[in-house]
Amino acid sequence: MSTSTRHIWTIAKRELVGFFASPVAYVFIVIYLLLTGFFTFMLGFFFERGEASLAAPFFFWHPWLYLFLVPAVGMRLWSEERRLGTIELLLTMPITPWQAIVGKFLASWLFLALALALTFPVVITVSYLGDPDMGAILTGYLGSFLVAGAYLAITSMTSALTRNQVISFILSVVVCFFLILCGWEPVTRPLASIEWIPNWVIRTVESFSVMTHYLSLQRGVIDSRDLIYFLSAMGFPLFCTGVILRGLRA
Amino acid sequence: MIKVSNLSKHFGTKKAVNNVSFAVERGEVLGFLGPNGAGKSTTMRMITGFIPPTAGTISVGGHDMVEDPIPAKRLIGYLPENAPAYTDMTVLQFLGFAAELRGLSGEAKKRALSRAVEMCFLDTVLHQSVDTLSKGYRHRTCFAQSVIHDPDVLVLDEPTDGLDPNQKHEVRQLIKRMGEKKAIIFSTHILEEVEAACTRAIIIDRGQIVANGTPAELKARSETAGAISLRVLGVPAETVKARLNGITGAKKAAIVKDDPAFVWARVYPQAGGLRNGELARAVADVARQDGWKIEELHTEEGRLDEVFRSITLPDTAKGGQQA
Repeated sequence: MSTSTRHIWTIAKRELVGFFASPVAYVFIVIYLLLTGFFTFMLGFFFERGEASLAAPFFFWHPWLYLFLVPAVGMRLWSEERRLGTIELLLTMPITPWQAIVGKFLASWLFLALALALTFPVVITVSYLGDPDMGAILTGYLGSFLVAGAYLAITSMTSALTRNQVISFILSVVVCFFLILCGWEPVTRPLASIEWIPNWVIRTVESFSVMTHYLSLQRGVIDSRDLIYFLSAMGFPLFCTGVILRGLRA
Repeated sequence: MIKVSNLSKHFGTKKAVNNVSFAVERGEVLGFLGPNGAGKSTTMRMITGFIPPTAGTISVGGHDMVEDPIPAKRLIGYLPENAPAYTDMTVLQFLGFAAELRGLSGEAKKRALSRAVEMCFLDTVLHQSVDTLSKGYRHRTCFAQSVIHDPDVLVLDEPTDGLDPNQKHEVRQLIKRMGEKKAIIFSTHILEEVEAACTRAIIIDRGQIVANGTPAELKARSETAGAISLRVLGVPAETVKARLNGITGAKKAAIVKDDPAFVWARVYPQAGGLRNGELARAVADVARQDGWKIEELHTEEGRLDEVFRSITLPDTAKGGQQA
């Protein structure tokens, strides 16, 4: 392991220790699983649909669920460091700020991946009841994971802005909500019908949305454009986190 | 080990640190004194690389803190103000985390941990969450973090803040002992600490260095330094004053306290006049000639708090107006 990855891993490990030291992690996982179950079976009409697919009843809800759950996981990332003053310890260690940013991000992302992985019974259920397209389920999970990552990166950025976790939570919900709405059909369709807005404007704004890229992964297609989108949707806020942290210290 | 040249830090129009230069070598313990808000913490934050300077350079062990921060940071152990620590970890986890970031692993990490734990008397709280520690223990936990890698340079921001008198004494002894092999900077506003632990002290006021020297040198700048204090029985204060004023080579005599039972007087030395021992002898001669009953006679060393106040007080009002 290079020094850099070792530092990232050390920081990620600390973050995970912090998560699991308090009941927050367990509460989060339980609520997440309850909510996914509720949405899938009650609001998603999993049984009534009678089709062996997870896209509509299960994955459809994820960007909405994450809208509140991911900021709840990430809101403490930097704001807590600032509140406790430990940021001064962390950033005077012989590490680069990027290692800290990436380490903290990866720890939370790993935690979200764990929560997501624990939804496996729904996969067992659907394959017991029918013959689903496993490829689409896999890309669905990949998409869900990437959406969580994009939201998390945004939360990392907003949490660097303030030492107040609540403010960081609300800011990231607003930004993530925008990323859903700007590409969500019920919002974009009425906009498209307005004549004086050129089509390319709508298309451009749409392409900023997690929804358009998430939906294409739901269909079982891994398009490099979607992957690039998600990578930049994670990279850019993380880069901004670094800029904000540097600004704080100047 | 530490070389700070023309260091400045401006926050907006406020000059928190203004053109500060000093150096600390191995084997030196530098006490950083100053009133609150003088720029002590800001200077330390720049030395440790937490905030970049507006102007000037910092070199630690030959590495520039701005250009080449990682090797410079490796040499430093840092105890920030208020001793922050991750509240959701146990003491052992926290120290382990610090050790790993310092590049220690396996046996080396274990040895470093047990050394730091022993040094800071943390063995009874190892598995306790930092959240539940008393202030003194939390402080020591953060202190242990700063020495975990046995650094060549230690930067300690108010290391005895919040400790009880025994712990304060312990930490001072520790600093003094470690100072034999390391370069240490520590800030404080407890003046006796400077005398107890420092080889050199810097007084900083409103961002600028106003005094730099050994504790003895600083004390010598005090008005009372070298003065002779004496307590006389049964002689009127006026007589004592008049007789002592008659000593050639002394600046002046003053009555410190005129009690019905005794008189407490002080004779100030004149620059270029009688030196300490000579002045004491001259005073004793006067007393013998007049048959005074002397209860006490000693030479004042000078007091740091006097120096501190005379240097930092006159301008405090001005500083207040500016802010």
